[in-house]
Amino acid sequence: MSLEEFKNRNVGEQSYRMLDLEHTPETGLGKFGQVAKRTVKGELFVGLWVTLREMKNALFGGKMHTIKYPLEKLPISPRYRAIHDMLRLLESGHYRCIGCGLCEKICISDCIKMDTRYDENQRKEVSEYTINFGRCIFCGYCAEVCPELAIVHGGRYETASEQRASFSLFEDMLTPIDALKQQKEFDGFGAVSPNADENIKKTPLAY
Amino acid sequence: MDATVLPEVTSLGVVIKAIIILTIISAIAGFGTYIERKILAFMQRRLGPTHVGPFGLLQIAADGIKLFTQEDIIPQNANKLIFQIAPAITAATAFIALASVPVFPDFIIPEFIPILGGTFVPSIAADINVGILFVLGMMAAGLYGPLLAGMAQANKWGIIGSARTAIQFLSYEVVTGLSILAPIMLVGSLSLVDFNEYQAGEFTEWLIWQQPVAFVLFLIAGFAETNRTPFDLLEHEAEVISGYATEYSGMRWGMFFIGEYANMITVAILASVMFLGGYNDLGFIAGWFIIILKISFFFFLMLWVRASWPHIRPDQLMWLCWKVLMPLALVNILITAIVMMI
Ligand code: SF4
Ligand code: SF4
Repeated sequence: MSLEEFKNRNVGEQSYRMLDLEHTPETGLGKFGQVAKRTVKGELFVGLWVTLREMKNALFGGKMHTIKYPLEKLPISPRYRAIHDMLRLLESGHYRCIGCGLCEKICISDCIKMDTRYDENQRKEVSEYTINFGRCIFCGYCAEVCPELAIVHGGRYETASEQRASFSLFEDMLTPIDALKQQKEFDGFGAVSPNADENIKKTPLAY
Repeated sequence: MDATVLPEVTSLGVVIKAIIILTIISAIAGFGTYIERKILAFMQRRLGPTHVGPFGLLQIAADGIKLFTQEDIIPQNANKLIFQIAPAITAATAFIALASVPVFPDFIIPEFIPILGGTFVPSIAADINVGILFVLGMMAAGLYGPLLAGMAQANKWGIIGSARTAIQFLSYEVVTGLSILAPIMLVGSLSLVDFNEYQAGEFTEWLIWQQPVAFVLFLIAGFAETNRTPFDLLEHEAEVISGYATEYSGMRWGMFFIGEYANMITVAILASVMFLGGYNDLGFIAGWFIIILKISFFFFLMLWVRASWPHIRPDQLMWLCWKVLMPLALVNILITAIVMMI
C-alpha cells in the first residue's frame, strides 16, 4: 500500500471485501455438521499455506517488512509536525522571516520568544528567535500563520537530546547557507495550497 | 534382535551415550530457540535476530549468558523446595525419555579412530522392550514440572497454569495412548527398534499408509504433549501472563524451555520412527540422513503451526480430546483389530 492510499481516509473508496461468515449452528446436528465439514475442508492447511507463502515472499520475493531503524528510515508524511525549520529566500539567501511576530502571538503555549531591531540600513532584522521545545506542543499554528512561509515544520523527528537548546536557536533551525540549494519548499502544514495561483486576484490599483 | 542381552551394551557405552544425549540435545534445544525465532520471524516477514554474530547465530550465546547471570528469584510465599525442583523435573524427564529412543542405525566405529575403533555401537542408550510406554510415561511425568511449579509459586497465574496443566494432561494422554495402540497391535511389540524393523524397505512399508488416522491423532496429541500452539494453554501470555512459569527467572526458567525443546525433539523422533519409516535406508539415501530430514520436518512443522494457527481454549481442548479424538482412536483400534483378524 502506498503512502497516498494509506492516507486516503474517504470511507467507501477503498476496496473493502466482506467476509463470508456462516451462522453459528444452533442444533447439535448442525454443530456436528460444522465440525465434520471443517475437518474435511482442509481450512487449516489454507492457514499453513498462507504463512508459508509469506515466508517465501519475505525470503525470496524481497518483501521483508523490517526497517533496521537507526540505519534505515521510513519517509515521514509531509503533514507530520516535527522540529521546526526556518527557511531562506532562494534568490538572496537571506532568511525569510520578516520579524512580523505573528508566530509569537499565535503560539498557544507561548513558547516562541523573539525580538527585532533596526539594522544599519534601517531594515528590520530578527535579533533573537528561540522556541522553547520543552513547551511546544507541535500544534503547527506558527507554521500556518507565517505569511512568508519562513517557519515550517521540518523532518527532524528524533528529538532526544541532552539539552533542549540543541534544537531551539534560530541558527540551528535556519537552513545552512551552503545547503541552500538543497532547501525544499515545504508542502506540509501551513504550506501554500496546490491551487493557490487560481485563488489570487489582482489588487485594483486605480480607482 | 534381542537387544537386551547384546554383549555390546556395556555400562561405559551407556554412560558415554547418556553424556552425548545430554550435550547434543541441550545444544540442539538452544539452537532450536534460534531456529524458532528465525522461522517465526520469516513467516511474519520480519528478520528475527540479526545483530549478534553472523545471521544472529550468537544470539543463543547471548541468551545463555542472560539466563545464567539473571538473578534467581524465589517468591516470598512460595514453597521453596518444590519451587526449586519443579524445573528439574521437566528437564530431567525430557532427557530420560530420550534414553530409549533410537535415532540412528547401529554402526561400527571406523578402525582409524584410536581406542574405540572397530566397536559395534547400537544407537540407543537403553533398548528396553517397553520402549514406547517408557517414553510416553516419562513425557507424561514431565507434566509434573508445570503442575508443581504452578502450585508452588503462590501466584494466581501459576495456579491457573497448573490447573490447565492438569486438564490438558488428562485430555491428551488418553488420545496418545489409544492412537498408538493400533500401530502397536500391527507391529506386535512396544520396542521402537522393532517398529523400525517393521517398516524396513520401500516407503510403501511405512506405517503411515496403514494407519493414517493414528498418525494424525498421535501428531495432535504430540502437540498437546509438548504444549506447543495450538495447545499452549499452560503459559499462554495473552491469557495467563506466563502460566506456570510466571514467577520463574534465570536458569530455572531456562530449564523449562530446554525440557520443552527436548520434548519437541522426542515427539519428532517418535513420529518419524513410528510412522515414517524410521532410520531405514530409503533407496540410495542413507538412513541416518533421512531420519535427520524427518525429524527436522516435524520440528519445522511445530514452528510452522505456531506461526499459522490460533490457539484454542481449555474447554475446546477437552471437547476435542474427549469428544472427537478419543472416539476416533477407538474406532481406529476396532477397525485395525477386525482387519487383523480377517
Ligand atoms: S508548533 Fe504550536 S506550540 Fe509549537 S511553537 Fe508553533 S505555535 Fe507554538
Ligand atoms: S510569523 Fe513568520 S515571518 Fe513572522 S515572525 Fe514568525 S517566522 Fe517570522
